[in-house]
Amino acid sequence: MRVNFTVNGRPQEADDVWEGESLLYVLRERLGLPGSKNACEQGECGSCTVRLDGVPVCSCLVAAGQVEGCEVVTVEGLADYAKQRAEQGGCATGACGTPLDAAKQWEARPSDSQTGEGTELSPIQQAFIDAGAVQCGFCTPGLLVAADEMLERNPTPTDADIREALSGNLCRCTGYEKIMDAVRLAAARQGEAV
Amino acid sequence: MDFLRPASWEEALAAKAEHPTAVPIAGGTDVMVEINFDHRRPEYLLDLNRIGELSEWEVGEESVRLGASVPYTRIMERLRGELPGLALASHTVASPQIRNRGGVGGNLGTASPAGDAHPALLAAGAEVEAESVRGSRLIPIDEFYTGVKRNALAADELIRAVHIKKADGPQQFSKVGTRNAMVIAVCAFGLALHPSSRTVRTGIGSAAPTPVRAKAAEEFLNAALEEGGFWDNGKIITPSVAKQFAELCSAACNPIDDVRGTASYRRHAVGIMARRTLTWTWESYRGTAASTEGVA
Ligand code: FES
Ligand code: FES
Repeated sequence: MRVNFTVNGRPQEADDVWEGESLLYVLRERLGLPGSKNACEQGECGSCTVRLDGVPVCSCLVAAGQVEGCEVVTVEGLADYAKQRAEQGGCATGACGTPLDAAKQWEARPSDSQTGEGTELSPIQQAFIDAGAVQCGFCTPGLLVAADEMLERNPTPTDADIREALSGNLCRCTGYEKIMDAVRLAAARQGEAV
Repeated sequence: MDFLRPASWEEALAAKAEHPTAVPIAGGTDVMVEINFDHRRPEYLLDLNRIGELSEWEVGEESVRLGASVPYTRIMERLRGELPGLALASHTVASPQIRNRGGVGGNLGTASPAGDAHPALLAAGAEVEAESVRGSRLIPIDEFYTGVKRNALAADELIRAVHIKKADGPQQFSKVGTRNAMVIAVCAFGLALHPSSRTVRTGIGSAAPTPVRAKAAEEFLNAALEEGGFWDNGKIITPSVAKQFAELCSAACNPIDDVRGTASYRRHAVGIMARRTLTWTWESYRGTAASTEGVA
């Protein structure tokens, strides 16, 4: 079957999609967006977390056919998404999205958000780097998407808020302390910027 | 495999009537795991995401009509006052990502004894609104679970909503697992005080082939509370009464040994949770009773 939906502001069409296929598979194997990671395929690890119409979900548990007409944001689009949110005064709930014109002008270049190279990072991404919150990096994309969404809802999170918001994301390397540091750092920088 | 995408409830019922083997998928948090792992290859997937009314709820006089797909996140955020037990149970479901997608309809459809919503539904009192092209019916929650991962739905029926009694007193939910998030219950317990009818209801999860109520324990406790005038005098429940209630709750279990825990551990833990949830709810009932008296 064919599935039409929007990914990181760009209309996408996936063809020959098997009916039982997950959104994660479509993103990684059909659209060439391997940022969302496949670690468990059963909703346990959160490494496949994306925003579906603004809501953080495990893309491994969304059937491809269910995203017809929906808006998806993956880690590859996180920097643009955060930038737009900042420009629009905090509104990036998925309702705003990329204007159609901007989306049309947006091409895949070697240095665009497809690879992340050459693009300015989102504040949460920069904070992860600065705090040393990335080791093997497999959990990182899911954590970034989940943490960014929490900071959008709750700009001044307590430690308990952060733990709760990231409770669906497993990390096998860092022991979470550096990840906590990174989210606190991003929140503090966000506060200063206002 | 065929992917059916009805745009309305009527279309969904028609599709289910035409293809009774179709597997409904809403949040996907159960169905997709089975497909990803090749445990299941349904002939048809029936996507319910386009039917907006399934994600809505109405608060009525006596009960809340909760759409089958209302995500757990919404229940936690918006229905804590009306459905405190279910809101607590919802908060223990997996992770934020899963709670954003999953709803009570899925828990009921899967009918796993470990589903987190079941003990809360049993304790509060609920009816499942099932519908097919043949018509609609309300199935009492006590009759809904018929076996391990089996329920009372006919092949052409879909769950539209659950009608849950609004809380008329304190409710609690307790769950045993190895960590706080992303955990399938080793066992779980729900308890609701119903001061208006002077009864207590319970629900046990993951400790029998189906979710069950501890009926003998309820009867014992109802009689003991009545006899001692507890509902009126608001006294602390006698430890021996709480102990016997806990023992009867343990006795209501019919658990198995599995990777998550042994049968005897489950029986023991259910007793502990029964005593604790009784104490918590009773303390809060006494608190409100005392403050009402104070005002009067
Ligand atoms: S791959 Fe989706 S939650 Fe682990
Ligand atoms: S950095 Fe390796 S899993 Fe988190």
